[in-house]
Amino acid sequence: MKLTGAQAFIKCLEEHGVEVIFGYPGGALIDVYDELMKNDKVHHVLTRHEQAAVHAADAYGRVKGEVGVALVTSGPGATNAVTGIASAYMDSIPLVVFTGQVPTKLIGNDAFQEVDIVGITRPITKHNYLVKDAEELVPIIREAFHLAKTGRPGPVLVDLPKDVLATRITYPEVKPITMRTYKPTYEPHPGQVEKACQAMLKAKKPVIYAGGGVILSNSNEELTELARRLDCPVTMTLMGLGGFPGTDPLSMGMLGMHGTYYANMAVANCDLLIAVGARFDDRVTGRVDAFAPHAEIIHIDVDPSSISKNVRVDIPIVADCKHALVAINAWFARSKDFNAKECAEKHRSWHEQIREWKNKHPLGYVEETDIIKPQFVIQKLHELTGGDAIITTEVGQHQMWTAQFYHFNKPRQWATSGGLGVMGYGFPAAIGAQMAAPDKVVIDIAGDGSIQMNIQELATCRQEKLPVKVAILNNGYLGMVRQWQELFYNKQYSSTVMEVAPDFVKVAEAYGAVGLRATKPSEVEPVIREALKINNTVFMDFVIAREEGVYPMVPAGKATTEMLLV
Amino acid sequence: MKHTISVLLQNKPGVLSRVTGLFSGRGFNIESLSVAQTLEPDVSCLTLVTSGEDTIIEQITKQLHKLIDVIKVTDMCEHDNVEREMALIRVKAEAHTRAEVLRIIDIFRGKVIDVGPKSYVVEVTGKASKLQAVIDILRPIGIQEIVRSGTIAMTRAQKS
Ligand SMILES: Cc1cc2nc3c(=O)[nH]c(=O)nc-3n(C[C@H](O)[C@H](O)[C@H](O)COP(=O)(O)OP(=O)(O)OC[C@H]3O[C@@H](n4cnc5c(N)ncnc54)[C@H](O)[C@@H]3O)c2cc1C
Ligand SMILES: Cc1ncc(C[n+]2csc(CCOP(=O)(O)OP(=O)(O)O)c2C)c(N)n1
Ligand SMILES: [Mg+2]
Repeated sequence: MKLTGAQAFIKCLEEHGVEVIFGYPGGALIDVYDELMKNDKVHHVLTRHEQAAVHAADAYGRVKGEVGVALVTSGPGATNAVTGIASAYMDSIPLVVFTGQVPTKLIGNDAFQEVDIVGITRPITKHNYLVKDAEELVPIIREAFHLAKTGRPGPVLVDLPKDVLATRITYPEVKPITMRTYKPTYEPHPGQVEKACQAMLKAKKPVIYAGGGVILSNSNEELTELARRLDCPVTMTLMGLGGFPGTDPLSMGMLGMHGTYYANMAVANCDLLIAVGARFDDRVTGRVDAFAPHAEIIHIDVDPSSISKNVRVDIPIVADCKHALVAINAWFARSKDFNAKECAEKHRSWHEQIREWKNKHPLGYVEETDIIKPQFVIQKLHELTGGDAIITTEVGQHQMWTAQFYHFNKPRQWATSGGLGVMGYGFPAAIGAQMAAPDKVVIDIAGDGSIQMNIQELATCRQEKLPVKVAILNNGYLGMVRQWQELFYNKQYSSTVMEVAPDFVKVAEAYGAVGLRATKPSEVEPVIREALKINNTVFMDFVIAREEGVYPMVPAGKATTEMLLV
Repeated sequence: MKHTISVLLQNKPGVLSRVTGLFSGRGFNIESLSVAQTLEPDVSCLTLVTSGEDTIIEQITKQLHKLIDVIKVTDMCEHDNVEREMALIRVKAEAHTRAEVLRIIDIFRGKVIDVGPKSYVVEVTGKASKLQAVIDILRPIGIQEIVRSGTIAMTRAQKS
């Protein structure tokens, strides 16, 4: 039986187990939408902006550990999706984005709602395709899913001309995918594993630096096993939070620009740095020549181009984190030279040193009784959700406070835009997360600036009946930029004061959601309790200390030991 | 240091712009570039000359490898290889200089491929340094136009 391209498209989504997609229709995609309406296996979530569709698909994928799928129309639909694609690319998130396109014979003609989206997204996708021939449609979609989720994951874009979607084809049989030019390395080189283990055996002051790769490869358990066995302190990047339990005594929390004092001091003084699925981002390293200057560096990464990109690595292991950690754990399990007691003994003074740093400058803030401190709100959210909520954020100070004070114990309960840092990510991401985990509490911790970038998604929440909670830390400022102006630009608050702002409670109500507000510390807990009880979308407007800063802070370009503290 | 990098690519639409986009987007420089089909019709060979510190060259080769359509990347500097470039040079050739131009071209094993009333078009192939030498010698006689190709390169046969 022959299928139209649009029918084959949906059948191919089913073949890949896709249950939910996020999108927005348009002329170029009417054929697909027509088929979607007849289909009851693939649920389509209509967001109110294409950027939101992509962010939602991104977070859906993160929470489920699957490939997220977004569908947007040609021209403006495709360009609106660009920010979402770029964010997923920077964070290595597996995603397939389908864009409508004008009919093949009009391509290149400046046709109505035509853009060269393949050209536009070339540098922000892992790979992209224009389907020129209907016979190629299904094989290309299969390749797209394969590329998105294997190796270093990332977004893949497939551009679908309108005539391709209308052409009748025979649905090709499922075949294993073979790509001549694409064979990611998963297994570590045994020689490199041996070298790494010997270095770990020797180290007196080791630190594990765990990144997003641990989450992406589902290797949190293997990482935890290694850390406990070696009695080795662990620090995580923003993307790696949850890769190791944040409340574990070995956890030093996040490192980098807004990382803890003790994590940054430990990295600066360690004799062995074990980087697992992390990419030595400039927010983490600060001035590179002062990053882990005394350490031998082991780096496990599936992408060879991540290795020695910013910082010279001594023992590279090109492999999937999970495969590499399994091999390392197995090495220690059979090693006769390794003795857990001796190892702990050898690290004792190192742990003491770290404890000293921690006591000297713990993560903290100045508490106040009459004004709400943002950190206090996060602590309360943590407490009242038992640390078990799925948390998304926008971008800014509230994002950093969340990273510092919501101690994530599990992977895939955290979605934030790290590499691109997109304001407007968190709310649609919460929608994607709630679709992926309907029974979980999902909270977008937002800033008053960022939430306005995708506030229209209240309608999506209502339409899908999603009980997403949004905690707005309302400081009346673009706070993160204001903090830089305070510290480095003579307090010239140029364009960072939100002189006009909506009443967030009323905005929520206008959409049929619920709005709550807290203006005093004593109101914080009741508001959160109330919100958690309501089976509807809730905006919580926390009016917080306006000029609170995020500390510690490593000023840009400084060494990570040169921190500004509370 | 200069590096000649040879890249085998799937011959697909847009593949060249993936490579050049990578270079411009990451701030790597390209001094010359040449692309054409290989023995296999669906595979192209792209040869490019770039320069940079070792760490940059390492990133260039890794990033090229990461492109899905790239089959193989070879840094020719790591191998014993032969490299060639071609130049077409339009040089003044008037009654009193014709003989001299011909002699110079002959020394460099070049060819005159077009003869005009007052000029020759000369073809010379060789390494970049040889082409530069020809150009330097012809310049006082009067070069009117130069077109140079990118470098192409091939590894030498293994000795043993
Ligand atoms: C306002 C703001 C402030 C920030 N401040 C900080 C800060 O203080 N500290 C901080 O840490 N970050 C901070 N960030 C985030 C920062 O910009 C980077 O996004 C983050 O540091 C990158 O995390 P990562 O190194 O874990 O890499 P990711 O971006 O998560 O990349 C994952 C790495 O793992 C590899 N990988 C992927 N899959 C696998 C696999 N299966 N096996 C092996 N390897 C794999 C990839 O190749 C890549 O190298 C901030 C962001 C913003 C917006
Ligand atoms: C789309 C986008 N535009 C601009 C920025 C630059 N930027 C980073 S943080 C920030 C302020 C965010 O303000 P708000 O959401 O109120 O959060 P706060 O820092 O006050 O907690 C800005 C403007 C950005 N990251 N993303
Ligand atoms: Mg704000």
